[in-house]
Order: sequence, then structure tokens, then C-alpha cells
Amino acid sequence: MTTSTPKGRGGLPVRLVAVILICTLIDALLSYQVSRWAYGWLPVPASTAAPYVDGLFSLEVGIGSFIFIGCVGFILWSVIVNRAEKYDESDGLPIEGNTRLEITWTVIPFVIVMALAFYSIDVNEKLAALGPKVKYDVEGGLGPETSLVVDPHKDYGPIQVIARQWSWEFIYPNGVRSSELHLPINQRANFELSSLDVIHGFFIPAFRLKQDIVPGSVISYSITPTREGRYRLRDSQFSGAYFSHNQTDVIVDSEDDFESWLSTSSAQPLVAGLSPGTELYAQRLAQGDRGWATVPPAPPPMVNDPGNPNAPHDA
Amino acid sequence: MTTTKYDPRVLKAPHPVPGAPDNWKRFFTFNTDAKVIGLQYMGLSLFFLLVGGLLAMVMRGELITPPSDLVDPTVYNGLYTMHGTVMLFLFLFPVLNGFNNLLIPTMIGAPDMAFPKVNAAAFWLVPVFAVVLLASFFVPGGPASAGWWSYPPISIQNPLGHLINGEFLWILAVALSGISSIMGAINFVTTIIRMRAPGMGFFRMPVFVWTAWAAQTLQLVGLPALTGGAIMLLFDLSFGTSFFRPEGGGDPVLYQHFFWFYSHPAVYVMVLPVFGIFSELITVYSRKPLFGYKFVAIASFIITFLGLIVWVHHMFYSGTPQWMRNLFMVTTMLIAVPTGVKVFAWLGTLWGGKIRLTTPMLFVLGGLVNFILGGITGIMLGTAPIDIHVGNTYFVVAHFHYIIFNTIGFGIFAGIYHWFPKFTGRMYYEGLGKVHFTLTFIGATLNWLPLHWAGLYGMPRRVASYDPEFALWNVIASVGAFMLGVASIPFILNIVSSWARGAKASANPWNAIGLEWLLPSPPPAENFEDDVPTVISEPYGYGLGKPLVQDENYYIRRAQEA
Repeated sequence: MTTSTPKGRGGLPVRLVAVILICTLIDALLSYQVSRWAYGWLPVPASTAAPYVDGLFSLEVGIGSFIFIGCVGFILWSVIVNRAEKYDESDGLPIEGNTRLEITWTVIPFVIVMALAFYSIDVNEKLAALGPKVKYDVEGGLGPETSLVVDPHKDYGPIQVIARQWSWEFIYPNGVRSSELHLPINQRANFELSSLDVIHGFFIPAFRLKQDIVPGSVISYSITPTREGRYRLRDSQFSGAYFSHNQTDVIVDSEDDFESWLSTSSAQPLVAGLSPGTELYAQRLAQGDRGWATVPPAPPPMVNDPGNPNAPHDA
Repeated sequence: MTTTKYDPRVLKAPHPVPGAPDNWKRFFTFNTDAKVIGLQYMGLSLFFLLVGGLLAMVMRGELITPPSDLVDPTVYNGLYTMHGTVMLFLFLFPVLNGFNNLLIPTMIGAPDMAFPKVNAAAFWLVPVFAVVLLASFFVPGGPASAGWWSYPPISIQNPLGHLINGEFLWILAVALSGISSIMGAINFVTTIIRMRAPGMGFFRMPVFVWTAWAAQTLQLVGLPALTGGAIMLLFDLSFGTSFFRPEGGGDPVLYQHFFWFYSHPAVYVMVLPVFGIFSELITVYSRKPLFGYKFVAIASFIITFLGLIVWVHHMFYSGTPQWMRNLFMVTTMLIAVPTGVKVFAWLGTLWGGKIRLTTPMLFVLGGLVNFILGGITGIMLGTAPIDIHVGNTYFVVAHFHYIIFNTIGFGIFAGIYHWFPKFTGRMYYEGLGKVHFTLTFIGATLNWLPLHWAGLYGMPRRVASYDPEFALWNVIASVGAFMLGVASIPFILNIVSSWARGAKASANPWNAIGLEWLLPSPPPAENFEDDVPTVISEPYGYGLGKPLVQDENYYIRRAQEA
């Protein structure tokens, strides 16, 4: 590169180095600000997983913003400064490459992504949300050999989570059944996830938790809720016609409220649980069964507490 | 068109060729000229872009309000399944094969493909499986509606119990598409390895050829897995086997491995040639050599290799054990490195260039900005703890549309405008092109940028209805989608009217360096015929003053006189 400006020790013009440093600084400040905003782009954090996930997300947003602002700024700057005049048919500087620079921009991204990967592995290990997955004979049902190991001293549960087309059923250790998931706060809860038909997704955005429920297997999953409130539980793996209605709420209560809910509910008679698909399918049949083919909804599970689908949720 | 002067060699060709009378008829025949096949692919795939886009606009119409009120949810499910399938198998793969057909032989100085008849057969399979796929709209029960992943058991539920059903036709169409792609891939790889001009060593090949080679290698390795998976799925659906049915001892997750082993690399099959297009265009319109040409070329094959060992990142929440998540997270993150090499090389090429903001360059720069954003969200999705939260939400939808439309789609438009004069012999209208770019960029940004936030807040993908808190982002997205629909008008207008009555293009209207620009516009049937130039330099020698081939002036003169 030929230039008449004064050169620094590395051979680069001093003014250029100064401009690059100032731009990097501005970019870093902006990116830091965006990484703070990133916390607001997520639902309220309501489990022990949330701070880890949010922190990692904020970090990645920060690094990502730094790269994005840097690259886009560079493109805009080039387009403005290096734009050819209308009838200028000449060529640009014939620079074919710079091995040192190329090695730098191979090594730096490598270090960044590996750091992120190993930090993520660390987060995964800390959360240890995913327990064992055990296959069982669908025809024969769950046998004694398929029961999953739960640490009885630490975890509440296991709560059986049963997914159907298109309803949720939760069975608590004392035999209470409900359509909404009730959990005690600050206690690690263990779930046994199973599906009676197709793959469903057990997704509670406020908990930063998602696990597919695979028919033919029972999957053990654990999470600790940390904030009282009512949160949305959404089916996240496409499950057919009324997939988008296959949602219910998770209610996180204080230990006492949870216990009193359990004991009141156990006295309640079994009624048909929440199953919006059943109602919509009945409407469809009444209107002449128009639309494309679907399997009929599974009968709603019989539960002690069908919940309140109209209650407003926090996230 | 009797006054058109055409290359005298054109008349010697055994079949009608560009510039000849009754020009259009050749597009409806079993023509073996790669350039005719290329344009056939282009025309057909752009038609299906409109079909897929129309399906998308009905979906965005449904999603403009929270409740499911425009179409029945079952119809919505069919629409989104067919939207994805049409866009991938009938738009993206064919349009890129169009580029391969037009560019590979002309860029390496080959007269045609290695196997012209296989090439034509590969093309004519496209309308065949297109008919099979679209016929599924009219069978009882409607088309396949389990998404383009077609995960069992939902995909094999077959509510009506008919043998011929939407899912059956869908699997058949996908399998045929796979056969067509394998035929294409064998052809492209053989042509690149065996038919390069004298002197064109691997490190004198244009980057587009490198990327096409890397991409087609992926097709050859990956497609058998998908085809195998699809055949097992067909047997489970129609003949009572239990490969993936839990009732019979099968495992639904096994299918996901077959599917993603190919379908993740499939993204690289589509994006690699677009990286090639970016490399070709950024050099021409910056008038500079490609920064670190060899690094960029080799990075293509590193992406190919890494692309084959990352597929489990689509299954982080499928019950995948922790060790597998960790392993595939590391490989996934590694892909950022060769991709970053390419991005930085393009930025380095812009540095100190003489940048010309023509329509193709605008699409390249727009696509590049979008790609950086889509790449960053890709890194986020690659880290398992984040993916556990945003996987299967609209964040993913936003991310992959940033790659698949906002990058690949932009690259395709850029390529179409850039090589339009070469292969049609006509110039396009710059003004209409810029209108097209502006509408597309604004529409695409409105459409997909807001959906990131919908996903972060927990809106699952593939829903026909949603909670009211997601309404604002969805309204903006729908407005953007309709704007993209409008953007197709200046594009169609430009292409049709330029081809019919645009100004005649010279052999090298962009003053570009490359073998294809040493040919007349449009090139004659067998390109250089038996007078193939000998390549003596690396590509993209802008400003270096080195000729690309021996006797360059002879070839330039010959192309001008044609």
C-alpha cells in the first residue's frame, strides 16, 4: 500500500490507526448498550435457568452487535468514500490479500466461538435440566423397570406430564390431576414427559425451558421456578390441526399455597380437562367438516382441576 | 427479429440457440444445451417463486390477526408445508442449478456439461415432481401438512386412510427431486473436474465454480441419507412398517437424524453458490482482486466438511444426550470460522475499491448485511442453552429467512441482473432494478426483523393463531410480506420487457474479467467450440494489468465481432 501519510511502527499510517481505534471504541460502547437492552427482549425470568440463558444471550448480542455494527459501518463507509465517479472506468487498488490479516481474522473468530461453546457447555452442565430418556413398550405401558431415578431429597416430583393431540395433563405424586401445571417456588421440580400420540414440545418461555416429548419414550426433566406468577406453557413441536391451541398455564405458588391447592384439588371430583381442540373440532363438524383432513382430538383428560384458560398470564 | 445479427456459428448448431429465429421454442424441448437448460431452470423456478410467495402471503394474511380466522387451521398447516417445500425444491434448488448450468461451462471454458442428456433429464424431472407435488392440493384430505421436516409420527397419521394422500405425493415429489439433484450433482462435479480450459488449475478457477463444486459434493454425500429416510417414511405411511413408529418398536428420533443429515447441509448447498456470486460481483463492482482468493476458495470446502458434522444442532431439544449436544455445539460454532473468512475477504475487497452501485451490487451489499445478521443469530442458535429457549420459535423463522431469502434470495437476484446481458444478449433497465432492490430490502427487513422479538418472547413457529401480545410484530411482518409481493412487479416487468426489447448487450458490458465475458452475448451453442483459450492468471486480476488468457485481444475481438 503506497501512501504519503506518516507511518507508525507497524507500517500503517498513524491517522488510519487512530481512526480505527476511535471507531472500535464507539462500536464497543454501542454494542455494550445493545447487550444491556437484550435482557428486555426476553420474557420475565422465572427459573434458575433464566439468568444463565439471559446472561449468555446478552453476551452474544453484545459480541454480535460489535461485529454487525463494525462490518456494516465498514460497508457504508466504503460505499461512501470509495464510490466511483460516474464515468470513472478505472480500477481500485490491486491488493490481492494479506496473509497476516487473513490469519488474524481466522484465529480471532475461532477463539471467540470456542470460548462461547465452552462457556455454553459449562452452562449446560450447571443446569443439568435434562435427565435420562428411557424407551418403553407403547402397547404394554410403563413397567417398573422404566421408572426414572429422582433424587427424593432434592426434587419435588416426579410430576407426570402427558401430552396429547391437543391437551396437557399433569399428574402429581399424590394422584391429583390438573390441566394447568402448578409448581412450588424455589424447589427443583422433576417431570416425566410422555406423549400418547405424536411429538409435542414442552415449552415454558419464562423458564427458558424446552424439551420435545417423544412418543415411545419417557424423558426426565428438571427445573427450579424462582418467581411466583402465571406463565404460558406452549406446545412447541408441530402436532397437527389444533397445534397452536395446545397451550396451558404454569402457576408458580409459594410452598403453602401450592400445598393447599394440592389438598383442595384432591377433594375435587374428576371433570373433563382443558382441551380447546375438542371445541374447535366440534365447531368444524357443525360447519360441514370443511378444511383439510385431520385426526379427531383425543378425548380430554379427566382432571381434578381444569384450571382457568381466561386468566391473564405474566409471560 | 429478422434484423438481429447473430453469430455465424449459431447457425451451424444442431438445434436452435440464443439469437436464432424461433428462439423461444427451444425452451419447451428436450434440449441438451446447458445454456438452454439453465434458462429453463431459471424460468420455471421463478414461476414457482411466485407460487411459493403467494402461499406465504395467504399465511401472512392469516397471521396479521391473533385468532385463526382467515383459513381453517388444517389449511394453514398445509399452506406452510407447501410454502416451504415449493420454495426449497421448486425455487431454490432449481434456480441455483440454473446458475450452475449457465455459469460452470462458460466460466471454465467447457463447450457443455459432461453428460448433456443426463442434464436435460435432470431438468425435466422438475416439472414432473412439480406436478406431483401440486396435485396434492387436489387429493382428498389436502396436501401434506406436517411441515417440510415431515417428522413422524405426525406425518404418517393419514387421517383419511387413503393410499394416495397428500403426504404420499409429498414424499414421492421429494424423492424425485433428490434423484434430479443427484443427476445434476454428478454432472456438475464431473464437468468441473474434467472439462476445465487448458491452464485453468484449481487455483485459477473462479470462486463461483469452487462454491458450486463444494455445494454439489454435499448433494452427493447427503442426499442418499434423505432419500433413504424418505423411503422408510413412505413405507411407514403406506405399507405398515415401523421404522419410526413407536407402537412397532421404531423410534421417531431416528428419522430426524436421516432428515437433518441432509437437510442441514442443504442450506450450504444453497448458500455456497451465493457466496460464489458475492465473490464474483464484489470484485467486478469494486474493480479489485478478491482479497485472499485462495483462502476464500478453500473455505468453501471447509464449510462442506463441517456442514456434514453439525446436523444434531437441529435436535438439541429432541432428547439428545448432553455429550452429543456439546459435541455438535462445538462443530456448529466452528462453521463461523470459514464463513467469517469469506465475509472479511469481501469487506477487504471493498477497501480502497472503485465501487459502482449498480442493481446487482446493491443486491450483493444488501445480501451481505443481511447475511452478517443471519450469521450472528445462527451463532446464537448454535449455542445449546439459547437454542433450548428460542428453538422452534419465530426467532428461528426469522433467522433462516434472513439466510434463505435475505441472503440467498438477494444473491440470486444479484446474479440474475449481473449475468442477464450475457445470457439474453440484452441489457436490463437499471431504474426498475433499483426500484426492485429498494422494495425488496425494505419489505424483507419489515418482514423478518420484528419476528426475532416475537420468537424471543416465546411465539412458537408453525402456529395458525397466537396470543395477542405477539400482534404488533406480526402486523409489521405481514406488511413487509405484502411489500415483497409488490416488489416482484418491477422485477417481472424488467425481465420481460428487457428480454423483449432491451438495448443489445455487448460481450462484456461490465468490463469484467472471466472466461464467460470473452464470449459473445449470448454465447454460441458450444461456447468456445474448439478454440478454447489458455488461462494464464488467477481470476479477478482487476488493476493488475495481467491478461487472463493467452492472446486475450484475439478473443475479445472475436466476441465483439460475433
